[in-house]
Amino acid sequence: MWTKLANPGFFMRWSGRLLPWFAGATVLVFATGLYMSFFMAPPDYQQGETIRIMYIHVPSAWMALFLYTMMSISAIGTLVWRHPLADVSQKAAAPLGAAFTLVCLITGALWGKPMWGTYWVWDARLTSVLVLFLVYAGIMALWRAIDDPGRAARAVSILTLVGALNLPIIRFSVDWWNTLHQPASVFRMDGPTIYPAMLYPLLVMGLAFALLAITMHAYAMRTELMRRRIRTLNILEAERLDSRAAA
Amino acid sequence: MTRKQRRLTLIGVTGAVLAISLGLVLFAMRDTIVFFRAPSDIAAQGVDEGVRFRLGGLVEDGSIRRETGQIHYFRVTDGGASIEVRYQGLLPDLFREGQGVVTEGAVDGSGLFRADTVLARHDENYMPREVADALKAQGLWQHGDPAPGTQ
Repeated sequence: MWTKLANPGFFMRWSGRLLPWFAGATVLVFATGLYMSFFMAPPDYQQGETIRIMYIHVPSAWMALFLYTMMSISAIGTLVWRHPLADVSQKAAAPLGAAFTLVCLITGALWGKPMWGTYWVWDARLTSVLVLFLVYAGIMALWRAIDDPGRAARAVSILTLVGALNLPIIRFSVDWWNTLHQPASVFRMDGPTIYPAMLYPLLVMGLAFALLAITMHAYAMRTELMRRRIRTLNILEAERLDSRAAA
Repeated sequence: MTRKQRRLTLIGVTGAVLAISLGLVLFAMRDTIVFFRAPSDIAAQGVDEGVRFRLGGLVEDGSIRRETGQIHYFRVTDGGASIEVRYQGLLPDLFREGQGVVTEGAVDGSGLFRADTVLARHDENYMPREVADALKAQGLWQHGDPAPGTQ
């Protein structure tokens, strides 16, 4: 089972069949989620219409953390089992995670200006999410710095796992220290503190973002596998021409 | 022990050591990582005149006083102690009695906190206006602040 799923050919075959369905589901759930967030959800008693930024901001933050968690699991797969798909998954996840983190930071700043009175402060939550973005950028740079995919994957895996220490800091920053950012509203011990009419659109948007992340991640993995196939073919071709020139 | 088990152990041990050292660093820095200090802390520890810091808490009920030239006086409280704040400028929309705020500035000779920045703090509660009004009508309102439009 494990070795069968480890086969890139198996992945290419099945992702090719399933991905159109995932793409279709993403569009449908996104359309539903956006309609619920922007037309059905009531304005907040304090924030008014500004609350609608949350329906983009919060799912982006979830995906930024979700993709990094997946990248960390893949990093262990690369370092320990040398799983042939693990480093492909890692490489495909980094730019996506960086994009979601950037969306999270920008929408947060746009919400912060009217609500807090400032775009940015250096509190523990905002700073740790900025660090997450910088780690994503560093990982992408390291992928490009080393030419051989195998060696690059091992170096990136170590950086990824060190950066994973930031994940609990982001999650619990609002509980461990006082911050300007509010504490968690959805995933908390005593249940959500968001009224259901606002929580359901948020959860649908969360599902839409998850489908979008998974779909784009699988497409990026396919692209990376094909890029590697071309690289191998180029090397073989160069060797063939080389041996002919020598003969 | 196979090579795979050895690699897994190495990663686990390295990760644990890194996590513990990071935890110790964050624990040692806990007083500087906090974004603001509460009035009770200031009352207990004292603070030198002219030293800049951020003061956070709730705007005390009935303490807001406005003067011409956009000068505002209000008291910031955390239930224990409270400090009088003077601020000149535009206040954020969410600013009102009972609202969480973070102000930045320094204490002057008379014990007045002269702030040059006032940020409103939002809490983790989200609800429609009708629900907030209904909760207030039933006397179940726990945030201690009037909903907008009623003051």
